[in-house]
Amino acid sequence: MQGRIRRAGLVMGLLLLQSTVWQTASAADEYQVVVADPYLELHTGPGRGYPVFYVIDRGLTVTVLKQRTDWFKVRSDRGKEGWVSRAEILATLGLKGDPLELKEPSRGDFESRRWEAGVMAGDFGGASVLSVYGAYSFTDSLALELTGSHILGNFSNGVLGTLSLVHTFVPEWRVSPYFTLGTGMIMMSPRTTLVQGPDRTDQIAHVGVGLRGYLTRRFMARIEYRSNVVFTSRDDNEEVDEWKAGFAFFF
Amino acid sequence: MESRIRLFLLSVAMATALPGCALLGLGRDSDETPEVAAPSPGDQPVIQPEVARREIVTPRIETENFEVGAFAGILGIEDFGTNTVYGVRLAYHITEDFFVEGAIGQTRAGKTSYESLSGSAPLLVDSERDYRYYTLSAGWNALPGEIFIGRNHAYNTALYLIGGVGSTRFGGDDLFSINAGVGYRLLLTDWTAIHLDFRDHVFDTDLLGTNKTSHNLETHLGLTVFF
Repeated sequence: MQGRIRRAGLVMGLLLLQSTVWQTASAADEYQVVVADPYLELHTGPGRGYPVFYVIDRGLTVTVLKQRTDWFKVRSDRGKEGWVSRAEILATLGLKGDPLELKEPSRGDFESRRWEAGVMAGDFGGASVLSVYGAYSFTDSLALELTGSHILGNFSNGVLGTLSLVHTFVPEWRVSPYFTLGTGMIMMSPRTTLVQGPDRTDQIAHVGVGLRGYLTRRFMARIEYRSNVVFTSRDDNEEVDEWKAGFAFFF
Repeated sequence: MESRIRLFLLSVAMATALPGCALLGLGRDSDETPEVAAPSPGDQPVIQPEVARREIVTPRIETENFEVGAFAGILGIEDFGTNTVYGVRLAYHITEDFFVEGAIGQTRAGKTSYESLSGSAPLLVDSERDYRYYTLSAGWNALPGEIFIGRNHAYNTALYLIGGVGSTRFGGDDLFSINAGVGYRLLLTDWTAIHLDFRDHVFDTDLLGTNKTSHNLETHLGLTVFF
């Protein structure tokens, strides 16, 4: 019994120690700024609709605690905590009088992105298709892309995995067309309400074109057409048209 | 053939031009060096510009745009009764207005009225009664606000509209599903929230012989943390 209490005490002690270490670590991330506008408005929540409940005068120091979307949580030197919009926080100065450098992903980063991931949905030869993909860009215009798709049809379901090479013609355009070429495997199984047939696994290859459009921050919209050829074990190859639209982010 | 000739000419041109460039560059360098080498003491500029390089430090401010959590509630499967549902969700807040959410959930189908009343053979085997879904949705914080509990407590809230696509595994098949609904998010602290969600999962099914659109209504209560 005593051993158990001791063990519990030890665990508690470790937890406490961990939390203090964590707190000091988070304190190091805090960033102090000086109000340069006549005043800084503190909202009760991270949104324009939340009311202003406190103002901090020019020249006073505030600590920036964290960020959610375009809102920053700050603490005044009197201990009041509230949310400040990006526009207002950008009007403050650092402790040395230097302007605040807040890095925000922009179009420049979109053009020179390295990693990209997203989800797409659409039509695969009459069936619905849901896709998740990840891509790595070697250069601004050439990327290697791995896609996993879930095909949901009236007669059969399946999964599809492809590896493709994506070439963006003019990476600096905001809406930018690309060409894709790749291969992969497709596994289809017939629906259980129909006559049971065997599951089929075949190789698949595709060529396609698409459009990628920069939206905001690190987000983009994407629309794509692929012409697929399934190399079946039967006499004829199967040709499937695939249309997809989706949403992606880069980092 | 023509392209081979062109390639040959091109390589000949490069072979002649490139060393030439290098030679030109070297020659210019050696010409310039003596000019710079002899500055007399009287040529010192009056003002020595002392430009201090400004050090730009990008503050590492912690961002809290992700929200992860678990939920539990009830889901009524059309024709197959209502049962408890539980699952997990992950959301990313893009702006103060919009977010995207991925969720997976699981419940179990009961018996249809026909199965219960007639006492005949069950329509589905045991494993086919598992109902699992995943959804990929986009949400809009339509009505952000605050609620007040008593004199001393105010909590931030948001009523959001949400909808998306996904897949439902039921009756041994994967079915393309659409989901839409409304939810209420109550922030207990800055980084924890309670969700109350109402969601309709819609898919086409031919499980009972004819093709029909099945509406499956879900209500759940969830707890999430921002990170």
